[in-house]
Amino acid sequence: MKGYYSRKLHSLLGVIPLGAFLLSHMISNFQAFEGGKEGFKGAVNLLNSLPLIFFLELFLIWLPLMYHGIYGLYIAYQAKNNIGNYNYERNIRFTVQRITGVITFVFVIWHMYDTRFQIMIGKITHDDLGAVMHDIVSNPVLFVLYIIGVVSATFHFANGLWAFLVSWGITVGPRAQRVSTYICMGLFVFMSVLFILAMTGFRNSEFQAAQAAIDVVKTVLA
Amino acid sequence: MAQTAAASKTVKFIITRQDNPESKAYTEEFEVPYRPGMNVISALMEIQRNPKNAQGQTTSPVCWDSNCLEEVCGACSMVINGKPRQACAALIDKLEQPIRIQPMKTFPVVRDLVIDRSRMFSALKRVKAWIPIDGTYDLGPGPRMAEKKRQWAYELSKCMTCGVCLEACPNVNEKTDFIGPAAISQVRLFNAHPTGELNKEERLEALMQDGGIEGCGNSQNCVRSCPKGIPLTTSIAEMNKETTKHLFKRWLSV
Repeated sequence: MKGYYSRKLHSLLGVIPLGAFLLSHMISNFQAFEGGKEGFKGAVNLLNSLPLIFFLELFLIWLPLMYHGIYGLYIAYQAKNNIGNYNYERNIRFTVQRITGVITFVFVIWHMYDTRFQIMIGKITHDDLGAVMHDIVSNPVLFVLYIIGVVSATFHFANGLWAFLVSWGITVGPRAQRVSTYICMGLFVFMSVLFILAMTGFRNSEFQAAQAAIDVVKTVLA
Repeated sequence: MAQTAAASKTVKFIITRQDNPESKAYTEEFEVPYRPGMNVISALMEIQRNPKNAQGQTTSPVCWDSNCLEEVCGACSMVINGKPRQACAALIDKLEQPIRIQPMKTFPVVRDLVIDRSRMFSALKRVKAWIPIDGTYDLGPGPRMAEKKRQWAYELSKCMTCGVCLEACPNVNEKTDFIGPAAISQVRLFNAHPTGELNKEERLEALMQDGGIEGCGNSQNCVRSCPKGIPLTTSIAEMNKETTKHLFKRWLSV
């Protein structure tokens, strides 16, 4: 595919649907903090009760994620990062965008393996997700790794949204781009806080699995 | 007395040199007598007059490119203390010593500080950065440009294809074929001209080819580095808007 279209598509998919998915993921996970175990269960069930869920997942998550991730790795590989000589705020965000992109790529694969993939192969059900997450974030090392992954993902989205607005010619002048920086970086902080609160929510002991389920979860994590 | 005191003051240089396009780069140190108001070019001229390195050994004089000596031609671009800029406008008094001088390695090095900026000019040809007015008969005067538009277009016309923006850009390197900020800004300039506007689609389509505007990663180093203060990132964003509009127009109008 021609460079212009593939890059444009990459930019678009990062916001719609992937950014939109990240926002919905944040809201449903935040239920773990706000509504506890029942709240989270309700959020998961609500999403899974959507019609044509298989096709929604395929076209709004799986395929865009694969394209954006693999093409994004190529974009990251192409850059000759030079923040040593040009330590300007925008250039630092350029480099961080590529670093967080790679971290997010690895994190998403790991996170999907722990959750969605285990459901797919039938080891756990949707109802066990809260317990799986509880076990992961209760481990201090994994908790820190998850925070790094989640903060990377939200930065990559918020800063990517800023770049999307430039690449599609919506924010043209320096003033528009500055205002959009404030909004996007505010969004980054807001989303990071909500995601981290959700993760602390999962640390609550009410998410602990029943004894029978713990064994399943342990084999998953092993 | 004052003169001898001034003459004993020297300026230290560490210059990255290269004997020919294929050979390996090396650094050589120089000490040049200080003169008030001197710039990097006058220091290089001094080395040319007396080609001795800091150890006092006779060496080949350092090669460089320069022309106008007033920051309008773009020939003397080099990396001075880590930043690409025009050597003629780099005053010694304002530089930290030792002054490190390197060629702009984004371009092929011909010798020492001399680089080959041909790709800048091929890029201008690629985006058709001119206004076609030749014909078999006199077409008469073209439409006038509004004064307000002329004012910002004039800023874009200051581009001297010096290559500094390409050197500063993290996306212009051997792994990409990105055309660079300068040519994109020239598309905006020529598309703003009332006669140039008649061919604006051709220029936009040139930017939508491989290595065109999609290569921009918004690091915005270009606008921070441009010696002429050209609003390069505004030009790029404006061309992003125009190419996006052109993309949809082309799809919907078939």
